[in-house]
Amino acid sequence: MLRPLALALCLLVSLALAAPPAARAAVKDELIIGMTQFPSTFHPNIDSMLAKTYVLSMARRPFTIHDKDWKLVCMLCTKLPTIENGLAVPEDLPDGKKGIAVTYTIRPDAVWGDGTPVSTKDVLFTYEVGRHPQSGVAAGELYRRILKIDVKDAKTFTLHFDRITYNYNDINGFDLIPAHLDRPKFTEPAEYKNRTVFDTDTTNPGLYFGPYRITEKVTGSYVVLERNPTWWGKKPYFRRIVIKVIGNTAALEANLLSGSIDYIAGELGLSLDQAIAFEKRHGKKYNIRYKPGLIYEHLDVNLDNPVLKDRRVRRALIYALDREAISQQLFDGRQPVAATFVHPLDWIYTPDTPRYRRDLKKARALLDAAGWTVKRKGVRTNDAGKRLAIELMTTAGNRSRELVQQVLQSQWRDIGVATRIRNEPARVYFGETVTKRKFTGLAMFAWLSAPENVPRSILHSKEIPTAANNYSGQNYMGYVNPEVDELLEAIEVELDRDKRRVLWHRLQRIYASELPVIPLFFRADAYIMPKWLKGIEPTGHQYPTSTWVENWRAER
Amino acid sequence: MSRFVLVRLMESMIVLLIMSFVIYALVGLMPGDPIDLMINSDPKLTPADAARLREFYGIDKPLTERYLAWLIAVLGGDFGNSRLHARPVLDVMGPFLVNSVNLMVLSFVLSLAIALPAGIYAALNPHSRTDHAINLLCFAGISIPVFWLALMLIITFSVILGVLPASGVATVGGGGFLDRAMHLILPTVTLTVFSVGHYTRFVRASMMETLRQDFIRTARAKGAGRTRVVLRHALRNALIPVVTIIALSFGTLFSGALITETMFAYPGMGKMIYDSIMGSDYNLALIGLLFATLLTLLANIGADIAYAWLDPRISYKQGGASS
Repeated sequence: MLRPLALALCLLVSLALAAPPAARAAVKDELIIGMTQFPSTFHPNIDSMLAKTYVLSMARRPFTIHDKDWKLVCMLCTKLPTIENGLAVPEDLPDGKKGIAVTYTIRPDAVWGDGTPVSTKDVLFTYEVGRHPQSGVAAGELYRRILKIDVKDAKTFTLHFDRITYNYNDINGFDLIPAHLDRPKFTEPAEYKNRTVFDTDTTNPGLYFGPYRITEKVTGSYVVLERNPTWWGKKPYFRRIVIKVIGNTAALEANLLSGSIDYIAGELGLSLDQAIAFEKRHGKKYNIRYKPGLIYEHLDVNLDNPVLKDRRVRRALIYALDREAISQQLFDGRQPVAATFVHPLDWIYTPDTPRYRRDLKKARALLDAAGWTVKRKGVRTNDAGKRLAIELMTTAGNRSRELVQQVLQSQWRDIGVATRIRNEPARVYFGETVTKRKFTGLAMFAWLSAPENVPRSILHSKEIPTAANNYSGQNYMGYVNPEVDELLEAIEVELDRDKRRVLWHRLQRIYASELPVIPLFFRADAYIMPKWLKGIEPTGHQYPTSTWVENWRAER
Repeated sequence: MSRFVLVRLMESMIVLLIMSFVIYALVGLMPGDPIDLMINSDPKLTPADAARLREFYGIDKPLTERYLAWLIAVLGGDFGNSRLHARPVLDVMGPFLVNSVNLMVLSFVLSLAIALPAGIYAALNPHSRTDHAINLLCFAGISIPVFWLALMLIITFSVILGVLPASGVATVGGGGFLDRAMHLILPTVTLTVFSVGHYTRFVRASMMETLRQDFIRTARAKGAGRTRVVLRHALRNALIPVVTIIALSFGTLFSGALITETMFAYPGMGKMIYDSIMGSDYNLALIGLLFATLLTLLANIGADIAYAWLDPRISYKQGGASS
């Protein structure tokens, strides 16, 4: 009776042994990338998702972008407009305010994959879609700020903005949509999201004008990109790039080892601790690069909490932490300690801010001064007998954060602070607890930002989420500081770089001194590449490496 | 019998209707919405954008209002669009369903093909070495965590031996029948190992119980041969509880293979439903879950019919079952 079982096993084993290894399918002119998410849409302006940006960056080009040195440069335009070169001109608006007219010229050789020239028709159509409230475009602020567009010819146009901001020439989010394909789908704007060619005919060559175009897509599984014959720039090395989606990172790792994929994208791959563990086991076979970026891990402090409202307590908490040691012990020193929300690679950064190295003496003195003097069973209490206990929350299941949490808890115990850890699944944590300010003490999470990104929605007093404003805004701390409000408003409209730098420095000093947020680290992405893969240059900011895919190559 | 089936089908429709509201409400009552998730991943999204998007997706409306609008549309034949995939729900579900059918049917057939003979053999030879070995394997299959087994299979057959693909449905760029079959092996084995343990245990227990019945003793006394007693008299009766278990697990077969699908990057119904729930894609989540519910209901009707075939004493004539 065991025969069927034995037969089935034999069949499986023999099939397995007879099979050609899938791993060997990869050839040198093909690159197979593994990542953990599949894009929910391929429309560049609907929804915002890193997986989509990663894929589309190989097939499309933005007008402007921050390069690997974090400088704003032109990609689809011929010259970056500035007030100095006369392509940006401040102008008076009918309502008496000041606006600015910014002129761009599309590269003359820019052509959609079906041969149609990229033109101002596309610019006008993109603007029309971007402004329409029912088109489903996610980030509409840029389009709302544009009052009108003047078209000079098929390649040159002028955007008239309703205000002058320091980043007046940064139109990274103005992602062109091909008017010749998508305009017929926009007759009913509310239905556009479901009819756009980007999702109904994703492999249409007319959607792309980058080094590659999407030639095959299997939802939830993989995307295939092949060289775009109409691409005007440097010919990409790889004939074909396959992006495979493997949701589980352990399986992603196994796929890399088996050769089913060649490279794990740092942007959407292994977490830092997994990558470090992988390096220890298999580091000799791969090039592993760590790039700290604009992902700012921190603790939001609920300033409505009477204990944490006292700046002395917040300073005591940070003085008790040995963040350098945490980074060294848990992350091999790959995650630099953050002094504020500004990354040291950003030109607005200043090292001249209050620094907090572990100093238990200072921490204890601050708590004494704040009235937390008596210690009972290792925990401080105040005169009223209240225990100095703080709740610390983060996303359940995030191993890195949970490890950090445990160290924080232990280091705070050294100064007599009891920490209660209460974690929630990301969906509940971000969907309810953080966004509705339901955390009572400290909330650990990360902010993803851009170079010189004004944290208005995070620090301005008008951005505190409440039931009255339908929980809009991201000032989850409840931080109110009129000087910070003024600085945020002034930075946005200050065009002079030197003057702006002064404002930025002041803002960082206040932030580090007042500590509405306890800074932890800048998170690093781990890029796990085969030895033969060259040319991938992690940027550290939110624009993925795939934006420069034409520089990638294989070298044996 | 046809009247019985008709009544059960009507009952199933009512259950489906109730389930649709329950599922809609449960998904809708989850904390946060897709716009909250978008805000956290896009620093450029302003509060004004969030308010506009909530209105655009209808998330700002009360739950009951949204449900009624959905129900009216569905009754009119419009299943709506998937928010995550920006395509009609049925178009999205199609490929996932096909993948799941391939995986589940294969795993199901294989499980039964192993569990039935193994369970019968163990029941016929209780406490023998083979019975102990079968029990051991069954408990191992039930106890081994699916993700661990999947990972071990990948490491053994893909990383070390390099003979089987580690993930996906087929080699990128197509792949023929054999290629697709190769991609099915590891996920099928993972699912089969888990379910074969359960089924074998049920078959063994049910068979042992039946073998102790009087009618088996009577059949033996009448001089019926061992094979005839086992296959003709015992097995048919022993299968009744097994059929119940199989019918109940039918829906989960299609929607519950989440871990296996995730580990093997296999785009099936389980992963689709999970992603749609996490992404607050109400339409897709609802249709996926309702489909799994419908399968369970239909499988149960099928089981009821099978009871009558397996045991002639069971009748669905008016007046209820009699024995």
